[in-house]
Amino acid sequence: MTSPSAPPRASGLDDGTAEGRVYNVSGQDWDQLVAAADHAADTPGTGHMVINMGPQHPSTHGVLRLILTLDGETVTECRVGIGYLHTGIEKNMEYRTWTQGVTFCTRADYLMPIFNETAYCLSVERLLGIEGRIPDRANVIRVLMMELNRIGSHLGGLGPFGMELGASTIFLQGVRMRENTLDLLELITGLRMNHAYIRPGGVAQDLPPGALEKIREFLRESPRWTADLHKLMDANPVFLGRTRGVAYLDLEGCMALAVTGPMLRSAGLPWDLRKSQPYCGYETYEFGVPTATSCDTYGRYQVRMAEIDESLKIIEQCIDRLAGQRPADDPVMIPDAKIGWPARLSLGPDGLGPSPEHIAHIMGQSMEGLIHHFKLVTEGFRVPAGQAYVAIESPKGELGCHVVSDGGTRPYRAHLRDPSFHHLQAMAALCEGGMLADVIPAIASIDPVMGGVDR
Amino acid sequence: MGLEELLPSGVLLTSVEKAAGWARRSSLWPATFGLACCAIELMQTGGPRHDLARFGMERASNTPRQADLMIVAGRCSQKMAPVLRQVYDQMSNPKWVISMGVCASSGGMFNNYAIVQGVDHIVPVDIYLPGCPPRPEMLMDAIVKLHDRIENMKLGKNRERQIEELEQARLARLPLQTQPLPAGQLLGTAPARSAVDPGAHE
Amino acid sequence: MSEQSGPGTPGQPGGGEHGENVNLPARAGEERLAEPVLRHGMFGAKTSGDTSGYGRLLVRLAPELSTPRPYGSYFDDLTDELARVLQADGTGFGDAIERVVADRGELTFHVRRGRLPEVAAKLRNEPGLAFEMCTGVSGVHYPAEAGRELRAVYHLVSITHNRRLRLEVTAPDADPHIPSLVGVYPALDWHERETWDFFGIIFDGHPSLTRIQMPDDWKGHPQRKDYPLGGIPVEYRGTKVPPPDERRSYA
Repeated sequence: MTSPSAPPRASGLDDGTAEGRVYNVSGQDWDQLVAAADHAADTPGTGHMVINMGPQHPSTHGVLRLILTLDGETVTECRVGIGYLHTGIEKNMEYRTWTQGVTFCTRADYLMPIFNETAYCLSVERLLGIEGRIPDRANVIRVLMMELNRIGSHLGGLGPFGMELGASTIFLQGVRMRENTLDLLELITGLRMNHAYIRPGGVAQDLPPGALEKIREFLRESPRWTADLHKLMDANPVFLGRTRGVAYLDLEGCMALAVTGPMLRSAGLPWDLRKSQPYCGYETYEFGVPTATSCDTYGRYQVRMAEIDESLKIIEQCIDRLAGQRPADDPVMIPDAKIGWPARLSLGPDGLGPSPEHIAHIMGQSMEGLIHHFKLVTEGFRVPAGQAYVAIESPKGELGCHVVSDGGTRPYRAHLRDPSFHHLQAMAALCEGGMLADVIPAIASIDPVMGGVDR
Repeated sequence: MGLEELLPSGVLLTSVEKAAGWARRSSLWPATFGLACCAIELMQTGGPRHDLARFGMERASNTPRQADLMIVAGRCSQKMAPVLRQVYDQMSNPKWVISMGVCASSGGMFNNYAIVQGVDHIVPVDIYLPGCPPRPEMLMDAIVKLHDRIENMKLGKNRERQIEELEQARLARLPLQTQPLPAGQLLGTAPARSAVDPGAHE
Repeated sequence: MSEQSGPGTPGQPGGGEHGENVNLPARAGEERLAEPVLRHGMFGAKTSGDTSGYGRLLVRLAPELSTPRPYGSYFDDLTDELARVLQADGTGFGDAIERVVADRGELTFHVRRGRLPEVAAKLRNEPGLAFEMCTGVSGVHYPAEAGRELRAVYHLVSITHNRRLRLEVTAPDADPHIPSLVGVYPALDWHERETWDFFGIIFDGHPSLTRIQMPDDWKGHPQRKDYPLGGIPVEYRGTKVPPPDERRSYA
């Protein structure tokens, strides 16, 4: 019921941050709202309407709440409410071993699970001091998986972007290509999402036979799919009309708000952590850092599409390395028996399970192997006390993981610095002064994933 | 709800039930309550490969007022719970709920302060779909099972009797399913293709 | 063990009291043995007897050490530049920075909380330092360290010089106030709100320090160590599995 003069509701509004008149509306009372608003319009300064683009909304990229103050169609204030997907991932990680932490952090930003895992594993490896001892093959596989996920994440952002603008064909094309990346990820890790594949010390298991051929096939087919997407959007007058000049944030604004990722690159600055502070061997790959100068939604779209092409280039280089001559002992997990995840998996008649060779080894041949396996799985490895922060270039921006260890087998504190969380602060700068319809492309150009925002 | 509720049970009601059941299940409009990772799989299910349009469900109703089915896809946090209930309340009868994923069904891997341990604490759920996240094929299996249930839903007096029978069957049910269920409760659909098919990869 | 290397023996070549003698068995770990005990035993088993044999183990609080010079890499230049800038301003380096830790390839300045805005402003504005971006604040709660329980950790990035830096600020539980850096790095707005939400650290000067992740009327600060995980026991086929924070742990 509308109650313009009643005290504000307890939840959300009693902390003194509500300004002006507060209307609680729950439906079937629009007459009263309009009457109250008309009444309020007589009072100066309150002729504005407050709209709640609530957490359940088809266009807000997830459970994001926007509280917009409108003057007609123009947005005068934009406030963002988050926390609707807060899962307590960070606190949960404090009660699990370091390796089990991977399964939690992977669900933070669920469109780029590999990146969450990699950021976490790199910071754990830095604490362990084994950064230089990760096997080469593991690093190449990590880069391969990250780039596949980058393509999937960009498409997972562009598809809904089109859908939110009202263009369902863009959605279908984006989803179609994303299916192919998911196929590859499923082939290699066993899961389409939330893989828990990248573990401290390397990766969980090697590529299955036939994977390289499937990836080559994907690379052969991809140019056709990306060409379709380009044809749909690049010169589409409706798309241009809705994205050119919308959500403008120039370099100064980006630096003030510490924005990284495609948003910063669309403002012209080629800052990419894969080039400036490389990790996992990125310095040995040849790829470009696409930028745009228009600082608007269209520029960010262009940067993301170009990044998909660059990722395809990197994947090709990865396959060339993986397909080369393999030495006899080419592990994908660090050979250190006190840290490396012990299980070797293989496909049996009843599905994926511990390989018979590994079982024979730990049960029949090596007591130490059995002890290591047991201790690592039940207790986990110990990480020397200290703290580390490793940042990687995720599709959304700088994804960092700050881990603190007290010397035990569990993280004392694990914090994911998520780019979506950080960039949503820029919503006010992007939307205020613009039209209501421009809010949607603005959100989509930030490409927030609410799992990462709320964790 | 309508005239069909007032019909006396008999052959007329049975025919109306058949027609209404077929109509209701043929084009369920989901009010997609996409919350987290399961929402992405829901999105992929709407894509060209696993096609939700084959069920008439590609037109997701953005307003809950016009929706029939609420697919709660993802982990529901404490902050989101009132919103979930409000959206459910806004849906008009008949309405069904699929809780997609383990987080919606039971809290999933997040057994903590922030997540509601199963949305059945908040809304009545018709189909629980486990998985983290469930594959698109699993979601379609759940939808097909729901279709079966909707199609065989009785109306009016028959419905009251059906509810009683279902309740008795539930109370007598043992934890481990050993007897086949009576027809009309579950379609004998084949299980979803396993993610790792030994014959698929060379 | 040998008398001639007792404490306070003057005239030992090569250094002060601890210089030569710290590795001798009688003196080894003296600093650490004076610290309070953090943890008894190795396994967290509380529900049943501990048969591991590690029940008598005492883990003590690690002393707060400062890394000796040289730090390596660009850390020395960075520290010298900051010291020069602070000196020029009249503030001593030691007044503002409690200690410097260079560990695992990362540099951390432990800044006294009163001086934090000043140090941050210098780090951002001085061309030799040029830390334009602050990627965020996060909190850590150490209930065992009396008087220094709450920490706020800031990570800074310098695009100009391609450098990273960490600032760590301490506040006691009794007085959980830290000056806000929103005036220097506006991007810390939400991060400070999140740290307040999860740890109860009050950032003085923040424009609107309200809850951001938890519901607005939530009581308590969830990521503190004294806040329970809040799970429920899980029933499965007749048995009950306790929530993760109440299970028998092996760590």
